[in-house]
This record gives sequence, C-alpha cells and structure tokens, in this order.
Amino acid sequence: MSLQTPARTVPQRGETPASDDGTTPRGGITGVTTRSRILVTGMLVAAAGYFLLPVYWLVVASTKSTGDLFGSFGLWFSHPRFLSNLHQVVTYDHAIYLRWAANSILYAGVGAGVATLLAAMCGYALAKFSFAGRDTIFNVVLGGVLIPATALALPMYLLFSEAGLANTYWAVLLPSFVSPFGVYLCRIYAAASIPDELLEAARIDGAGEIRIFTVVALRIMTPALVTIFLFQFVGIWNNYFLPLVMLSDSKLYPITLGLTSWQSFADRQPQLYQMTVGGAFVSVVPLMIAMVALQRFWRSGLTEGSVKG
Amino acid sequence: MPTRAPRRRRNLAPVVFVAPFLLLFLLTFALPIGYAVYQSVMDVEHTGALGLGGSRTVFVALSNYSDALSDHAFVRSIGRVLLFAAVQVPVMVALSAGLALLLDSASARGVRFFRAAFFLPYGVPGVIASILWGFLYVPGVSPLVDGMRHLGVSVDLLGGDTVLWSIANIVTWEFAGYNVLVLVAQLRTIPSELYEAARIDGASAWMTVRHVKLPLLRPALILTTVFTIIGTLQLFAEPLVLKPVSSSIDSAYTPNLSAYNEAFTNDNYHLAAAEAVLLALAAFVLSFGFLRLINKRGGDA
Repeated sequence: MSLQTPARTVPQRGETPASDDGTTPRGGITGVTTRSRILVTGMLVAAAGYFLLPVYWLVVASTKSTGDLFGSFGLWFSHPRFLSNLHQVVTYDHAIYLRWAANSILYAGVGAGVATLLAAMCGYALAKFSFAGRDTIFNVVLGGVLIPATALALPMYLLFSEAGLANTYWAVLLPSFVSPFGVYLCRIYAAASIPDELLEAARIDGAGEIRIFTVVALRIMTPALVTIFLFQFVGIWNNYFLPLVMLSDSKLYPITLGLTSWQSFADRQPQLYQMTVGGAFVSVVPLMIAMVALQRFWRSGLTEGSVKG
Repeated sequence: MPTRAPRRRRNLAPVVFVAPFLLLFLLTFALPIGYAVYQSVMDVEHTGALGLGGSRTVFVALSNYSDALSDHAFVRSIGRVLLFAAVQVPVMVALSAGLALLLDSASARGVRFFRAAFFLPYGVPGVIASILWGFLYVPGVSPLVDGMRHLGVSVDLLGGDTVLWSIANIVTWEFAGYNVLVLVAQLRTIPSELYEAARIDGASAWMTVRHVKLPLLRPALILTTVFTIIGTLQLFAEPLVLKPVSSSIDSAYTPNLSAYNEAFTNDNYHLAAAEAVLLALAAFVLSFGFLRLINKRGGDA
C-alpha cells in the first residue's frame, strides 16, 4: 500500500463536520431505512452509555461527602458539596495534590516535548539520508516498540540507583524522552511528505542541514509531530509502573502515584476515600476535555502508523 | 573547492540527527535488557557459617529461570494472563471493529459525539480507571451490584471466578475507544470509488462490510491486536488497585506483580530479573507468532 501525501492529514473528504454527522453517507449503499437507522443509533447509544457510566459516576461522586459516598445511591446527587471537597483535595497535606499535578504536567509536558523533537530528528535522518547502518538502526528501534515497558523498568531502576538517578525527576524524565513509535511514524511521514527536490533546492541556496531541518522539515512534519506529542503526553501522564518503581519521595510523585497512595491509606483514614475520588475528578476532567478538543490530531497520524502494519 | 565543505557537512548531519535519540534508546532500552539478562544469570551467595560471613554475587547460569518456572504461583500467573489475553483481545478487537463499522455506516447519526464518548476513557490513567470501576464493583457502594440485588440477582464481581473478567472489563473500557479511533481513521482512507464499484455490482451493506471494509481494515486490526497482546501481558496497575477489595488477588496474580514483589518486597532482584526477561520473551514470541500466523494466511483473507 502506498503512502499518501501529507494532504490527507488535513481534514479531508468525509471528515468535514457536515459529513461527520452522517448527512453525506460514507460507504453509503442505497436504502438507509428508518429501521436500520434506529438499530444503529440504539447500539451506539448503548455503547456510549457503557463508556460514559464511570465518568458520570465520578462526576456525581465528586460532589458527595464521605458518608454519602457510601450511604447514598451512586448514580444520583446527594447534598452536593463539590467546592468544599475541592478545597479539601487541594489543601490537604500542605497542598501536596497541587505538587503532584505540577509534577505530572512537568513529566508529561517536558517528556513529550523532548521525545517528539528527538523522534523527529531521528526519523527525518533515517528517511532522508543514506548512511551505513541506517536499516539496522530502524529495525532495532522497531523492535523496541514490541518490548513491554514494564519489563524494562525493573532493570532500569537498578541501573539508575547505581548511577544515583533513582528517586529524582530524571528517573521518570529520561525514559520518557524515548519514543520508538515516534521515530517509526516520523520516518514514514518524512519519507512520504518531504520532497527531495525541496531539500536539494535549500542546499543549493546555501542553507545548513540544521537550518533545513528546523525551517523546512519540521514545518512539513508538524501534523505527525502533534500526533506523537499527544501519544507520548498521554502515555507519560497515564504511566504508573515506571514512577512507582523509580520514586520513593512523595514530593516527586505524579498524580497517578499520589492518588493510589491516598487510596492505600483510606482504610485507616476514611476521608481519603472522598479525596481520592475528588482528586481523580480534578485530574481526569481537563485531560478529557483536551483529548476531545484535539481529536482531529489523534486521527491524523494514526493511519500512517498502520499502513505498513 | 566549493562543493567539498557542504558534502562533508552532509555526511556528518545524519549522525548529529540520530545520535541523541540513539544514545537515550541505548540507555533506556538496550542497556536495561542487557542488565536484566546479566542479573538473571547471577545470584547472591552467602558465605561462612549460617551465611553470616558476607555475600558475593556468583554466576548461576539458568537456575533463576528454573526457580521462576518451578514456582507454581508464577506459572499460574502466566497461565492467567494468557487466558486473559485469549478472551480479552478478541473481544476488544471485535467490539472496536464493530463500533468503528457502525460509526462508518450510512445509518449513523451524531458520529462526532459518539466517537468522542468512546475515546474519553483513553485519557483516564489505568490506576484511576481501576479506582473508579473498583467503586462500581464493591457491594454496598456500587449502584450496579446493589441495583442487581434489588432485582433479586446477586453477583460477586470480585470473587475468584469473576475478578479476572472484571479486570478485563476495565482494560476494555480504557482502550476500546482508542482502537475505534484507529479503525475509523483507516476506514476513512478507503476511496469512494470502491464503494461506488460495490454499489454498481449490487452489493448489500453487509456484503460491502464483509468484502470491502473488513479486508481493508486488516493492517489496522493486526497492529491493534499486536499492541493489545503486549499490553495484556504487562497487566499490573488494575489488579494492584483492586487487590485491597478482592481477596482473590494475591501478590503473584500477574507475572508483572510477581516480578515487582520479588524485587521490592523480597529483595530478590535476580529472580525478578529472570521473570522480567521471561515476560519480554513471551511478548516477543506471541507478537511475532501472531504476525507470522497472519502472514501465512495472508493470501486468502
């Protein structure tokens, strides 16, 4: 299957809002009957109910007192007190929750940013230069996609402890800088979308290689880079095993680790149940809004990744 | 010689571009794997009377591996994740493909809303998803379990027979929507001419799905399956979070939990390293095995 030009990553036929709502049938074989429309919509509604149920439960639960969390019907409100819950979450233990949130943003933001840049550089070079060992490097990196990250975390912890890096910000950041999937996507994308003639023209104009990369290549690769950034951001944000293994100082925790530490103390301190729920709500909502708002970018790079599957 | 300088620069350029990634890749992939393999063939030997004379690290060949594989709890945990994968992977891939085809069908309305609703859980970290579902599983708190009891049906979602599937539900909930997104994106790359041709040939909607859409989804389905297999073998956060509320989950419930506990509870890094290597090997064998199986049958699908 051949790769297509980057033009397909801008919203294309069939992805404009109008047809997204089904007014222009895709795969539209004739005769969309009312019955099939009701059937399809019914199944989609049922599926949406399944996916949204825990989110809805979280919204309701975040407004409850600890007592109501266990004593009232889970799917309806009871004495809503969201603001005082929120206050408790962010002020408890010298505002440790805000520290965790800042850590999560640091790990995911810086990690994904650096990972995207490194993947772009490597993928671009693998696609646009011929040099000894190029295919070997690509195949080894590709193999990296298949290695379970958790199998790497334990030995990495031992190595990092010997280097004095365990239980520091670097312990989580350094592994986050590496995205084999990003290199894979960048190579495919650069090969398909950056014309050799453009690079030659820039060279003839006397531009240096670094300048060509930053001015020409990065600009053309932007849609793929956004996709890689989002993947890596969510991957780091959701990661649990790596920080669990690496970090012992609760001041360095990301939100995931912080919330489970609250949860594990909750049987002794029942108020922590409510705070775990409230903290989960605060951490989940902004990310979900961002994900839905950025949906277009998730789609754009995805098909490139699977074409060669 | 005006051409000489740029040419030299160009030969250096790829090195400059590749080196930073490659160095970090070696540090965080190659080195840990090498170190894990090294640790897994070594062990601590205690010297002197009663082992009090001190300790030194000695080469023990494959004895850590035979220890791991003769540990019933660890072997059971491997069997458990394999059973989990055998059920959860096909269920989730089929669910994702079904939802993607529904979203892509001519009868679908409000596609943007549904796609967003399905995709939302992907933004919820696994541990937080497990905390949420945990509340929905525990009797007395869960509106689901209590509602069922009011209807006269008593279900135990955290018992020995059921908790594995309760975990499978959490994993499916987290990742199905993401797979839907990948598959819908793939479906959108199918050129309209193909549909046109199918229509002229008088194909029904179902025949179009069977003979046009599914074959074209194949690469994306394969990729999804491979990533799901790898993800499934790493099962860790979900059982760890549910452990306090389910007595059926022990410290060796999955291979990853077992390795983690060997390393951090029992301080047995060498056995943990052997278990980590076995886990990585299993992921490799299964994903490559699946790809080979698919490629062999490639022609007729």
